[in-house]
Amino acid sequence: MRKVSGLSRFNIASLALGLAFLYLPILILVLYSFNASRLVTVWGGWSLHWYRELFNDRAMIEAAWMSLRVAVASATIATLLGTLAAVALSRGERFRGRTLFSGMLYAPLVMPEVITGLSLLLLFVALNAERGFWTVTIAHTTLTMCFVAVVVQSRLGSLDRSLEEAAMDLGCNPVRAFIAVTLPLIAPAIVAGWMLAFTLSLDDLVIASFTTGPGSATLPIRIYSEVRLGVKPEINAICTLVIALIAVVIVIASLASKLSSSQGESAAPL
Amino acid sequence: MAEELPGTNVAAGAAAGDAYPAAGQALLRIEGVAKSFGTFRAVDGVSLDIRAGEFFALLGPSGCGKTTLLRMLAGFEAPDEGRILLGGKDIAQALPHERPINMMFQNYALFPHLSVRDNIAFGLKRAGMARAEISARVAEMVALVKLEGLEKRKPDQLSGGQRQRVALARALARRPQLLLLDEPLAALDKKLRENTQGELMELQRRLGMTFIIVTHDQEEAMTMASRIGVMKSGKLAQVAPPRELYEAPRSRWIAEFVGDINLFDAESRLRDGHRLVVGTRDAGPLVVAEPREPVGEARFSVAIRPEKVKLSRRGPVSEAGHEAAINRLDGVVADICYLGGTTTYKIKLDTGGMLQASVVNSARIDVDAYSLSQHVVAWFTPDDCVVLPS
Repeated sequence: MRKVSGLSRFNIASLALGLAFLYLPILILVLYSFNASRLVTVWGGWSLHWYRELFNDRAMIEAAWMSLRVAVASATIATLLGTLAAVALSRGERFRGRTLFSGMLYAPLVMPEVITGLSLLLLFVALNAERGFWTVTIAHTTLTMCFVAVVVQSRLGSLDRSLEEAAMDLGCNPVRAFIAVTLPLIAPAIVAGWMLAFTLSLDDLVIASFTTGPGSATLPIRIYSEVRLGVKPEINAICTLVIALIAVVIVIASLASKLSSSQGESAAPL
Repeated sequence: MAEELPGTNVAAGAAAGDAYPAAGQALLRIEGVAKSFGTFRAVDGVSLDIRAGEFFALLGPSGCGKTTLLRMLAGFEAPDEGRILLGGKDIAQALPHERPINMMFQNYALFPHLSVRDNIAFGLKRAGMARAEISARVAEMVALVKLEGLEKRKPDQLSGGQRQRVALARALARRPQLLLLDEPLAALDKKLRENTQGELMELQRRLGMTFIIVTHDQEEAMTMASRIGVMKSGKLAQVAPPRELYEAPRSRWIAEFVGDINLFDAESRLRDGHRLVVGTRDAGPLVVAEPREPVGEARFSVAIRPEKVKLSRRGPVSEAGHEAAINRLDGVVADICYLGGTTTYKIKLDTGGMLQASVVNSARIDVDAYSLSQHVVAWFTPDDCVVLPS
């Protein structure tokens, strides 16, 4: 490691240890996904064998496709609902029960997933809903819309109210003012919220396993059930792909939220 | 619109068919307007006429309701009571976009995602103007506020003074009948503020438009406005031109709020022709001109501005016949505050009170400057005193 000015040896050592603690397991997983050997713990040289194997595994591919569809659908619905909730909370000052509503909106953030999953399962059973794609999507929307609301609300909170007033003063009705001024300014936060919801949905196991039905397993469920029968190197391959996808989404999300906090930057192409 | 060059009366061209009152006539009439937030009465029954073409300042300490009143004119708050008539039409409940009034915000509220050009064009696009017309109007506005060459910049690439100009241009672009300015210069430093004050006045005169400015800075209000409305606790305390406000304040509170002043509580009085001889505890007997509006039996104060007080070592030079009428107070210099152009002396009077005197430093080398603990004579004429109800 190159010596970084301003960091003592102790700092570098603790940083390295911390990062190793966080990323060594993932690194090993990625490494072993390129392993030629059938045995998970024995290195047998580089190979893309397990990736080929993976693409021939219909059940796995179907689960991945299901997960992707659920993630896109639930993230989109959650972004819509979460943004509306955030707007109502930060713009509608006068409605009754606002404090209660905002408290209730954040509850799923701290609610144990098992409870969320179980209660949704009970609801779906009571409604006699056929469990599958839509029930998982609804469940994930429930989970992720509060994250979106938090992200969007913090952006709205830092936005100057007088911008909307200026738009109205210059001839916009309230709805137009929101579309012409507020929406472009909170767009990066909305994008970041969508990405966050997408990743949360993609890697959720607990809620999905409560709310899904037979024949429509998501990727985490599929992986989990395979691993119980022993870790196949193929699992390493699919996990590596998921990590890559999530890494890309997270980087885009953080770039978007950075753009959102430094809104008006000269280079910002809007 | 080729005929509308900068310098023409753009307000008159605002909307064809709208009767725009001639200069001097009431453009805006505020009648008994009140607004409460919860139990707090922010604006408490304000009535006021704004004349066409005038530069009116709403002056008051923070929390006096001046901003709330301005926001009701712009349409961001609806009054609980009263009417707001613009050219005879009640607009009290109209939404902001339905009023031919524009506002320049305190923090400018420029749209950060739009360029200078698009900021100025924003209101014009909403008005459904043709593309070529918008371009022409934007160019005209840019020239008016001297922002040529900066049209493509975003607000965060501009200095504070430039942003202020964009905000002004944006508010003027729609040619409102009335321009509201909420503390427009508060964010600028002192030098720039003084220059901008001059430019705003010049612009207002040239366009012949009606400006209402809200400010807590009494110097700013005095400099720019042709009339000032002083607000206190949601009410208009006095509406007057700057000079009248300063020299003939209607109450003790206004006298203290606008500029510095010496106040002495009166304890007794005697009539002496056109003058009153007033007994005060802190400054002894003072001779004052009889106020135009007779003071009732209630308690009152005698007020004298520091710059009206003259100082000398020996007392006033005798002016035949006036000697007896001149107020002469003996004391010692207790504090000296040198301000460059003037020096403010605090005089401890032999009668017990304190008196402030502001002396112009007219000579660079002032051998006559007074020093601490020096005995001085302060004097002023009866006409320089104002009698105020307590």
